[in-house]
Amino acid sequence: MAERESKIKTAEEMAGKLREISIAEFFEKNRHLLGFDNPAKALLTVVKEAVDNSLDACEDARILPEVKVSIREPRQVFRILTETGEEIARVVKEDNKVQMQVGDEKAKLTETKEPKKSETVYLFQHDVDTWKFRVYRTEKKGEDGKPFTEESYEAVRGRTEFKVAKQPADRYLISVEDNGPGIVKEHIPRVFGKLLYGSKFAGGKQGRGQQGIGISAALLYAQLTTGKPARIWSRTSASKPVHYFELRIDTTKNEPIIVDERTMKELDGKGLREHGIRVELEVEGKYIQRHHSVEEYMKQAAAVNPFAHLTYVEPDGTVIDFPRAVNELPRPAKSMKPHPHGVEMGMLERMLKLTDSRVLSGFLAKEFVRVGGQAANEVIKLARLKPDMKPKDMDHEQVERLWRTLQNYAFMKPPMDALSPISEEKFMEGVKKEYKPEFLAAVTRPPAVYRGNPFQIEVVMGYGGSLPSQGPGKLLRFANRVPLLYQAASCATTKAVQKVEWRHYGLDQTSGIPQGPVVVAVHMASVWIPYVSEAKEAIDPYPIIIKEMKLALQEAARRLQKYMSGKKRKEDAAQRTSLFEKYIPIAAEAIAKVAEVPEGKIQTALLGMLNKGEVVKEAEQAPDAEKVPEGEIKKTLKTAGEK
Amino acid sequence: MMAKDETKQKVKQMGTKLAKDIESNKNPTFDVPIRALSNVSFDPKTRLITLGNKTAKRFFFNVAHVRKFVQTIEAAATAKDLLEAGKHLSLREVFYKMKRTIPGTQINVVDEQEESNKAIEDMELLTGQSREQLHINANKNGSAAGKIIIEDKGDLIDWSKLGSGGWSIPSNVEDIRFKKVDAKFVIYAEKAAEWERMHEDRVWQKMDCIIIASQGQATRGVRRLLQRLHEEHKLPIYVLVDLDPWGTYIYSVLKFGSIGLAHISERQAITGARYLGLTPDDITKYDLKKHLIRFEDVDLKRLEQVKSYPWFKENKKWQEFFTKMGALKGKVELAALTSKGITFLSDKYIPEKIKNKDWIE
Repeated sequence: MAERESKIKTAEEMAGKLREISIAEFFEKNRHLLGFDNPAKALLTVVKEAVDNSLDACEDARILPEVKVSIREPRQVFRILTETGEEIARVVKEDNKVQMQVGDEKAKLTETKEPKKSETVYLFQHDVDTWKFRVYRTEKKGEDGKPFTEESYEAVRGRTEFKVAKQPADRYLISVEDNGPGIVKEHIPRVFGKLLYGSKFAGGKQGRGQQGIGISAALLYAQLTTGKPARIWSRTSASKPVHYFELRIDTTKNEPIIVDERTMKELDGKGLREHGIRVELEVEGKYIQRHHSVEEYMKQAAAVNPFAHLTYVEPDGTVIDFPRAVNELPRPAKSMKPHPHGVEMGMLERMLKLTDSRVLSGFLAKEFVRVGGQAANEVIKLARLKPDMKPKDMDHEQVERLWRTLQNYAFMKPPMDALSPISEEKFMEGVKKEYKPEFLAAVTRPPAVYRGNPFQIEVVMGYGGSLPSQGPGKLLRFANRVPLLYQAASCATTKAVQKVEWRHYGLDQTSGIPQGPVVVAVHMASVWIPYVSEAKEAIDPYPIIIKEMKLALQEAARRLQKYMSGKKRKEDAAQRTSLFEKYIPIAAEAIAKVAEVPEGKIQTALLGMLNKGEVVKEAEQAPDAEKVPEGEIKKTLKTAGEK
Repeated sequence: MMAKDETKQKVKQMGTKLAKDIESNKNPTFDVPIRALSNVSFDPKTRLITLGNKTAKRFFFNVAHVRKFVQTIEAAATAKDLLEAGKHLSLREVFYKMKRTIPGTQINVVDEQEESNKAIEDMELLTGQSREQLHINANKNGSAAGKIIIEDKGDLIDWSKLGSGGWSIPSNVEDIRFKKVDAKFVIYAEKAAEWERMHEDRVWQKMDCIIIASQGQATRGVRRLLQRLHEEHKLPIYVLVDLDPWGTYIYSVLKFGSIGLAHISERQAITGARYLGLTPDDITKYDLKKHLIRFEDVDLKRLEQVKSYPWFKENKKWQEFFTKMGALKGKVELAALTSKGITFLSDKYIPEKIKNKDWIE
């Protein structure tokens, strides 16, 4: 019994252990919720959050964006191996410092030489041994014609050569720089070092970010995996200095810690010549290629932001340029007060507590869009409340009655100027420059509303050209001009694509996805995108959203089909003509011989008829024409098609 | 010589018609008689299958026709060459002559002999001249032996003195002359095996007759030879075939002509041919039931087709024959008679059937 008693804890004892968990601390433990589930995805998420911020800032300031992303390996480890593969020494290159370790002992760097531009030699002394570590650089061109530098290494002790194995990198230095307006010095620590800080959480306006979490979560991730502080440079104009910060986040308080802070006149020629932000984060990550790669993200971002000039420098130095296709920003989105249909119960309660309005009728008219004095009074009456009630004094039951009435009252639709679609023409230019199809169709649906939030669907379909002719078509998913790379299966875009009978539009389809040289880009613009999760990877499939997407897709598919059938007709006619052209000489020769007439005359006459084309058309429709089995016609066309 | 000039003239007319079309800016066209069941009829008076007058247009400027069109005119050009040079070519040789590659392409005018054969048949219809008149010969495919002496290209040939191989029947038998005919009838066998049996057993000597065989459907040369013996020397022709729809159709072609060659029925059909092949009654009579080979679907389908041809449809005897064949659900080959004894066919089956007039007409 006594033993059992000792295990029982009182509520008072337990209360002593309870404490408030900060948001920062919560996300530290649940980082997958924000897209940092694994090293490969984390790398992409960091890039994505920084790029989103840069593009949003540029657009808000009406500046044509220039965003440069570069990823480097901050630390390279070379293992020096014996014949049998045992490591006898290692060379570590970090922050331009080169160190060598032989067994447990450090070797001394005695000399660094650069005998050629393509070669660097480091000499180390350890005990009586002299070590030579040599790096060769070769300029190469990749399959896609992009130049890159390939390095090779060599280690020699005295006269003995050793094998060198470079360890795969597990951490990367990500740097993102923009030409946006910059951030004033006082705001920098909180913008980057405090979660849920910023203009965005209040909502009401279409933008890439909508929570104010993204970039600070990236900082948190860097801090968590490498322990390194974030480095931030900001400049607000060419005549002002550069402000530099090294920041950490105090996870218990959700407050920034300033590690270092400096003001400098210039950035020694390395960027930020006018205004903008540069962020550098060192994170644990994995560099991958293809589907979910940073390159894929940049390419898609370039397609959906054709007014932006993006540059991406890969870890091996390859520079990928995504030039601007249009020189005009989309129309700016206006801010919008919440629509009563879009407000949630909890949010309404909070708004009532925080409002400056002294009476309920004033509150409704002031805080919501599409609620005038008359509508406010009607709602209050229907909810059995009083217009002169103090919002702050309402009890839970009253708030609930108000909320229910708001949901059911027929308000006018929200204003649509809060939306900023890309526009058919610009979206088309974007997809065109990145995917180079031979045909494009763009459809922008009129704005629609889900739960009080205005939204608009835009679709671009591309066909042929540089697109791969085999396999499933490419689906590009975008929300507020941000590419979505993960969770395709649960996304409204995928579901809408699968609802279209592509076969009816002359395309092959497999599990609902069009096959062949097709690219389908779907963009949803909205004041509030309903994401499936906080990681913002997929759009929640509301029926009205799917319906709008489907209508846009069908219209684009119709145009594509029209194009393809026109193309097929032309090809058929050309094939026909070339078929007869091939047979004319031999037919003319035989007819001339049998009829005993000059061959040239027959041939000229036949070619003349072919060029006029009328006789050819008539013959295809003659009622008493000989019936030839399908197989034989195919054979004729096939043999004629041979080259 | 007259006939040859007429043939030349007919061939030239084919070309002239096309040249005229072209001159008046019309799509050059052949009017090809349709060779299908829909355009043949059975004339009860002549008891022949004859071609109707339905034609189809074959255009040059038509994706579906162009290849066939070129093949037809190319066949005409080939015939013209042959007639002018006074030489003959076999169907196979004509195929190689026509298999030309169109300059600058990889297209051949014909790729398979089937195509050149069809083009030649079309030519026969368009000119009204037979293949032989156009100097094109089929491969020879037939053997003969028996009590007859013939003259071929100045050589006298006694069909009773030809050893074990017999006389090989050429594709063109028009110029053969029958010098001395001692035979009283002719037996035509569907397969070489039966011919070998009869020849070894000296049936033609014992029964004063001629024995002839080719492989499967009788070639044109064989059919024309049989027709001439039947018409010029009034020899009855007995047809020895297996009991199955395919065998019956061999008899049918010999007697009434064929659908594909309805245009030359009167030069081919042997109106008095008698069916001496196995009958459904023989199966019981000779106890051959255990040798039945079950019909496949194609056999049953063919049986229904043959049974409903107009020339069999009105004939009660034949309808009964086919009904019984269907009831057997299988076919029986002549070779099965060997089970009754090695020379059963020669010593019993044939003599008894002829003696008892146990044939069908």
